[in-house]
Amino acid sequence: MTTSNLRTPLYSAHVALGARIVPFGGWDMPVQYTGILGEVAAVRTGTGLFDVSHMGRLYISGPRATEFLDWVLTGSVESLRVGRARYCMICNEKGGVIDDTIFYRLAEDRYLLIPNAGNRDTVVAWFQRWLDEKLPTGCEIEDRTEATALLALQGPAAAEAMDRLCSEPPSSMRPFSWQENQFQGTPVLLGRTGYTGEDGFEIVADADQAASLWQTLTEHGATPCGLGARDVLRLEAGLPLHGHEIDENTTPIEAGLERFVRFDKEYVGSDVLRGQHEKGVARKLIGLKMPGRSAPRAEYAILDQGQPVGRVTSGSYSPTLDTSIAMGYVGASRAEAGTMLEVDIRGRTAPVEVTPLPFYTRPRR
Amino acid sequence: MSPDDRKYSKEHEWVKMEDATQALAGITVYAQDQLGDIVYVDLPKTGATIRFMEKMGEVESVKAVSDLFSPITGEVTEVNERLLDHPELVNEDPLGEGWMMRVTVSDAAELDQLMSAEEYEAFLSGLS
Repeated sequence: MTTSNLRTPLYSAHVALGARIVPFGGWDMPVQYTGILGEVAAVRTGTGLFDVSHMGRLYISGPRATEFLDWVLTGSVESLRVGRARYCMICNEKGGVIDDTIFYRLAEDRYLLIPNAGNRDTVVAWFQRWLDEKLPTGCEIEDRTEATALLALQGPAAAEAMDRLCSEPPSSMRPFSWQENQFQGTPVLLGRTGYTGEDGFEIVADADQAASLWQTLTEHGATPCGLGARDVLRLEAGLPLHGHEIDENTTPIEAGLERFVRFDKEYVGSDVLRGQHEKGVARKLIGLKMPGRSAPRAEYAILDQGQPVGRVTSGSYSPTLDTSIAMGYVGASRAEAGTMLEVDIRGRTAPVEVTPLPFYTRPRR
Repeated sequence: MSPDDRKYSKEHEWVKMEDATQALAGITVYAQDQLGDIVYVDLPKTGATIRFMEKMGEVESVKAVSDLFSPITGEVTEVNERLLDHPELVNEDPLGEGWMMRVTVSDAAELDQLMSAEEYEAFLSGLS
């Protein structure tokens, strides 16, 4: 290996568990431990544990932090209460998605923002540019990614497990809220958030506490899960992945993410997004279902009666639904649910049906 | 680790002669491990002719698609139908119940171009 990828505080724990390690977003990350199918099933039926320390932890603070974030984020920052979290996009002037992110309001003037691993440097540079241009004082960015760890405990049994291990029972937390808690005496920040379509928590702790948290959670029945399972889970839940469904040349409106975009404030890209919201868009993100287990994969052509009309952005066999699923872009006229199209599977034309997203919604328990 | 009752290709297929003309073929332990959980196996039909080191099918795991290359020239006389509903057999027992097809071999001399178990193990250790 000649690469110099970053490694999370749990890297040696992953290796000890026999994980297969792959480069992802500038980090050496576990793609699977025992197998993707078993790891997906653990999250859908019990608890799965992910090391997502490769994602960024950016602390934005200062008297003008709210004003600043309202200028660079598509969601409303000012209206978010302390104790809550929100998902939204960071867009460029053309409305293209630089990154999607969850941010937590830690205090009136302090926020934690979680960018994707591969976009962290881009986001920091983008923010710094706008700070220099618009708010040279009153707001600071602190990148604590490498000083902290981020774990995700996901699945229907996650809340019960956390209640046994934390001083305050996290099961009472609302979705998209956060709290400070003690995990067996270790101070942690818990968010009731995730990227799997299940209930669960994301846990921020100091980097040197990561190994003991990981060990405790696995001893309490959580199954170690890698990025392979995470990708299947988020696809089943219809959640976009930056670099696939969204990128700098794709807008949140095209990606069907309007509900995370405010049209009543001014921010970078807002003019374009408002225009698309009012006039409509030429292409749209769709879900596709294909019977069987052979899957449409990213970059495969979507066809209509043999003619190319779009492309797949992500696709996989869905073990939860036992069918193959994909997302992709087509012209808006073909985006209606129930529309029959085809996908070019390595030279073989296979019928697919446009399907509403998400493919999977967790049962109410 | 690889049994010496069969031959191995650089594409990680194996072929095992059952008698003078009939052979079984499949993929190796290494191949299934690299692919991860296999969800779909696309094999030639019974009666099809397959040719040495030419593409004969595909195997899909959750994350990847991989071409299958025929380790021998011949006519397919049987495919392992169980793999349609239970592709995980390829992961669980790639050298046994996860076999892929039975072939009437046209030219057994082709086997000399494949690796012995010992040569294949040496080949694998050169890959990592």
